Order: sequence, then C-alpha cells, then structure tokens
Amino acid sequence: MPRSSARPVALIALGVAFLFAGSFWGLAKAPAELFMGDVQRIMYVHVPTAWNAMLALSFSFVCAVSYLLTNKWKWDSRLEAGMEMGVVLSLLLCMQGAIWAKPTWGVWWDWDPRLTTTAVMVFAFGGILALRAFVDDPERRAVWSSVACILAFVDVPIVYFSVKWWNSLHQAQSTPQTVSSAFHWPLRINAFGILFLWTGLVALRTRVAAARLRSELAPPLPPPGATASASGGAL
Amino acid sequence: MIAVAAGGLCRRYGRRWALIEVTFDLFEGSLAMVTGRNGSGKSTLLRVLATAIRADQGSLEIFGHDARAERDAVREQTALLGHRTHLYEPLTALENLAVAARFVGGDRRRAALLARLEEVGLGDRGDDLVQTFSAGMRQRLALARVLQQRPRLVLLDEPYGHLDPPGFLLVDRFLQRLRQEGATVLMATHLVQRGRDICDRGLVLEAGRLVYAGPVGEMPAPLAADATPFAEGA
Amino acid sequence: MNDLLAALRKDLLLQWRGRAQLIAIFAFGAAALLLFSFAIGPDSQSLRQHAAGFLWLGLLLASTLSLAESFEREMEEQALEGLLLLPASARALYYGKAIANWGHLTLLGVALVPVMVVLYDAGTLRLLSLFCVILLGTAGLSAPGTLYAAMTSQTRGRQTLLPLLLFPLVVPVLLAAVKATSLLILGDPMGQFRPWISLLVVFAVLHWSLGGLLFGRVVED
Repeated sequence: MPRSSARPVALIALGVAFLFAGSFWGLAKAPAELFMGDVQRIMYVHVPTAWNAMLALSFSFVCAVSYLLTNKWKWDSRLEAGMEMGVVLSLLLCMQGAIWAKPTWGVWWDWDPRLTTTAVMVFAFGGILALRAFVDDPERRAVWSSVACILAFVDVPIVYFSVKWWNSLHQAQSTPQTVSSAFHWPLRINAFGILFLWTGLVALRTRVAAARLRSELAPPLPPPGATASASGGAL
Repeated sequence: MIAVAAGGLCRRYGRRWALIEVTFDLFEGSLAMVTGRNGSGKSTLLRVLATAIRADQGSLEIFGHDARAERDAVREQTALLGHRTHLYEPLTALENLAVAARFVGGDRRRAALLARLEEVGLGDRGDDLVQTFSAGMRQRLALARVLQQRPRLVLLDEPYGHLDPPGFLLVDRFLQRLRQEGATVLMATHLVQRGRDICDRGLVLEAGRLVYAGPVGEMPAPLAADATPFAEGA
Repeated sequence: MNDLLAALRKDLLLQWRGRAQLIAIFAFGAAALLLFSFAIGPDSQSLRQHAAGFLWLGLLLASTLSLAESFEREMEEQALEGLLLLPASARALYYGKAIANWGHLTLLGVALVPVMVVLYDAGTLRLLSLFCVILLGTAGLSAPGTLYAAMTSQTRGRQTLLPLLLFPLVVPVLLAAVKATSLLILGDPMGQFRPWISLLVVFAVLHWSLGGLLFGRVVED
C-alpha cells in the first residue's frame, strides 16, 4: 500500500546536499561583511529560511482553499503537513533572528516587523494545529482547520503592516536583509536546499497524515449485492 | 407523488457505517414508521432525510428536490423532531415559537402562538422559561415548534419519548391530523405495537441496513439480542 | 433581509436574558485592569503612559468570555441547527450573532473607560473619537471571534482554544486600537490618529466579509 518513499527521500537527500554546499560556501568561503563581520553570515541561512517559511504557509493556504472547494481528503493531509512545516520553519526563523540580534543589538528580540509577524504566525498556525488535536471527527477537523488557515493567512499582510507602523515610531533600525551580489549564490543554493528538504519532508508527512485518516474513517463499503438485503420497493 | 426517494444512502461516523445502502420510496400522504434496535441507524436516517447531515454516498430526493443541490427547498418542506429539542433554554415557550415563526414567515401574534401551545397542552406555561420545563414539557414544545412550520414531510424521532400517557394520545391525535392534512410522516419508534396501529407503512433497520420496507401489517417484529421478541411499554 | 432581522432579534433577546453575565464579565475586566496596575506599580506616570494598552488587554480577555457565552445557548440543545433546518440562512445567523456580540463588547469597552480614567488617571476630552475607536476595535474582535466561538463551542478544550485561535489573529486590532487610544489620551502632535483608524476599518471590513462567507461551512455538516 505505501508508495515507494524513493522520491521524497531523494528530495531530502538532495536538499541536505544543497544545504551543505551553500552553507559551506557562505560560512567558510564568502568574505565577511564589511560592517557586521561574521555574524552577518547567518543571512545565508536566515534569508532562505524566510523565503521557505512563507512558501510553506502559502502552500498551506492553497491546500485549505482546495479542500473547501473539492472536499478531497488529500488536501487535508497536505494541509496538516504544510502547516506543521510552516510552523517549524517560522520557529527556526525566530530563533535565527534572536541569534543574530543578541550580538548585534544586545537584545534577543528587536521587534523587527518581519520577524515579529513570523512570531505571530507561529502562534496563529500553532493554534490551528492545536485545534486539529481537539477535534475528533475527521470531516469537521478538515473543514475547520481549512477555514482557520484561510483566516490566518489572509491576516499576514495586515499583521505585517500594523507591526511595521507600530515599530517605525520607535526605532529606525532594520535587519540587514540586503546582501550584496557577490553573496547571492550561497543564498540561492541554500534556498533550494531548504526547499527540497521541506518538500520531501512534507511529502512523507502527508503520507503519515493520510494513513491516519484511513484508520479513522470506515473502510469503503463492499459493492452492493454482496449481502442480501430486502431494500427497495415503494412503500 | 413520491415524497421521499432514497437510493443507496450510506453514512459513516468515524470507523462505523451507520447507514448502508438504504433504498426506499415513500409516497406522499403515507404514515410510515421505522424501527430497529438501538444503534441500528434510525436517528441517522431521519437526520439525513432532514438534511441535518449529508449522506456520504447515495441519492436522495424529497418531493423531487435533490437533497444536496436544493437543500433549502427540501428544508422548507421538511421538519424534524429530533433527539435534541432545538430550543433556547433562557427564552420562554412563546418566545421560542416566535423565533422560529419569524424565520418561516408564520403568524407571530401572541394569540396564534398561544393557540399552538394550547394544542400541545402547554397553554398555561407560555411565559415560563424553557429551563424550568420537564423533559416531557420540552418535548411537547418541540412538537408544537415542528407543527408550526406546516411541513409536508414530518420526521419524528421517538415522539413518544418522554411523554406521559396523555402525551401519547396527543401524539396519536397529531398523527391523525397530519394524515388528514395530507402530510407525509416518517416516525422512528420503539413502540412497535402502537406504531402498527397508526401507521400504514413500515421500515426495519438492522445494523444500518434496511431489512424490510412495506406494509406495516407484514413487518417482522424486531428481535432483541437473544432473538426473543421485545416486550414494549404502554 | 428578513432572516437577518429575525436572527438579530433573537440574539439581542438572548443577551438581554443573560444580562447578569454582562455585569459579571465587566467585573472581570475591571479586576484585570486593577491587576495590571498592581503589576506595574503605583507610578502614575507610567500607568498613564500604558493605560490604553491595559484597557484593550482587559477588553480582549473579557471578550473571550463574552464570545464563548454567546454560543453556549446555541449548542446546548442544538438550537442553531434547529434554525438552520427551518431553513434560515447561515449568513444571516452569523451576522445577527456577530452584530449582537459587537454591541456587547462595545458596552463592555465603554463601561471600562471610567475604570481606566480612575485607576490610571488617563482620560480624554475627545470622547466621540474614543467611542469611535472602541466601536471599530470591538468590530474587529467580534467578527473573527464569533466565527471561532461557533467552532470551539463544539469541541473539547473550548476554553483554551478560543483565545489560542483568536489572539494571534487580532494582533493588528490590538496594536491599532491601543495606539489610537493612546494618542487620544497622551496627545497626537503629529496627527497619526487617522492611519490607525483606517487600519481598524480595513481589518473589520475584511473579517466581516470572510466570516459571512465561511460561517456556513463551519456550522453545517
């Protein structure tokens, strides 16, 4: 029954390989940034993680809309996997942000709009995962988490703008997300590395979710006529 | 005209199929009963017919309207007296009727609503809060609420449930009246003998499957787990 | 729409019957404001500085109680299902409930203002503007809150799930309402009031539309 795991595992392996290559280049080979020194190197992981976190959450949004439109279970399994991955990547993003902020600004958190929005998203989507845990009926769970995912995702730009305005009145700093062109290649390699990695993981996780669904739902009925039942006829 | 045309209805709850391949037709104006052991799927069947829940498989047409595509049209002509009373506890009996009446465009004047309460024997409790009602009184009020909709198809789930003997007679009277008005009734009940006396058609469900559909006279008695016939209450 | 008026009437009647709850929830909110001042300390300068934040935090916490309560009555005897089967439009039922909840929260907000004035020495003469902020802020809380309350009232763990789902979503409302209120209390030399109000309006419009669209799926099978 389980399809061969060859493709997702290959993706994961490819992803890890890319990550190694990109990170090695960025961490060891690329020259240190002029003003910030070696701490800046976290950008080689941070920026790709940011792109991919957003991608994972967008993927979840697409799955949510697809489920509501088609009512097919596969979209629910993908939604579960996608949201988990989105939360994990966002959490990583926040941790990377903290690691960067402490030596740079002396505080663990500097209320950068992008990072703060990410933190809010961790809670928003984490909450939806909690919702899934509390609902036993698979159909309700699927519909409700799709609805919640749509609401949370649509909220992202609003959260971002509100935090940006809120913060702009206090501090003029911004996280240096600009990386000069010499450094683009490690960035891109890492971005693809993380992309392959999370895509492969989501594919595997989707299968786990689908298997769980199969155990929760009754198996399909035997074709009609298998047992004699006196149905039919007008009353 | 055919009031209910059910074809291969299937419905699952989690790991269990509650309805399996249920197929039957119900003609308009007939008074039918559905019986079976606990857990045989009676309530599920009624809820599917009422469009409170959807069937996972199969087709359903009520007065020619497809239950999936024209759900509102079906709901306009159908009323369900279910296990839950659909009442608001903090409101009075009259207010509960008024709330429902507003949505269906019925007569909301106090006099008209009081008349409905009189019919079910609650005429003097109109201004009392539902949360002070006993189970039997709640059931009577729920019955009044159902009849207020003037439905063409009435689905009753254990209507005799919490009622006292006068309440039983009340339900019997209503069934007769509905028959006179040409409504179609499908009633789930354990009171097989009583049902036989009133209804003309019978359905028997067993573990989600329809094992009998036809005149009530030839309906087999449902069996208890040890295959002895039931003894039933009043 | 006829259904909308019928739904609104029903919800306002239910709220009127449960008005003792409103007083209890107000007491909860006021107690929260008191606790905040204990947490900060008797420094009247900083209390005044953060008064807007305390007001809206207190209101947010109280809103979870109010929103959850609004669906208790619908679910205990499946009354909501009963209405849907009449048939009643799910959209109308949503807007009726959301508007009633909006009113409830606005009342709470307005009632907490004097508490804020007294505890934090934080008042404003621009009362109409303050009322506007409260109106728009509670609109932003009510729309998603009603939707989530409908969901969580049918699950286990409902008391934790509603705040867990609602709070991250309404962060923009919190930020904007607190900022706008703060500007009214502490002064607005650079005229920043308008943009925050616009944000509240955009948020409210978005979520009132989305809520109406999605409510049907949430409560129907």
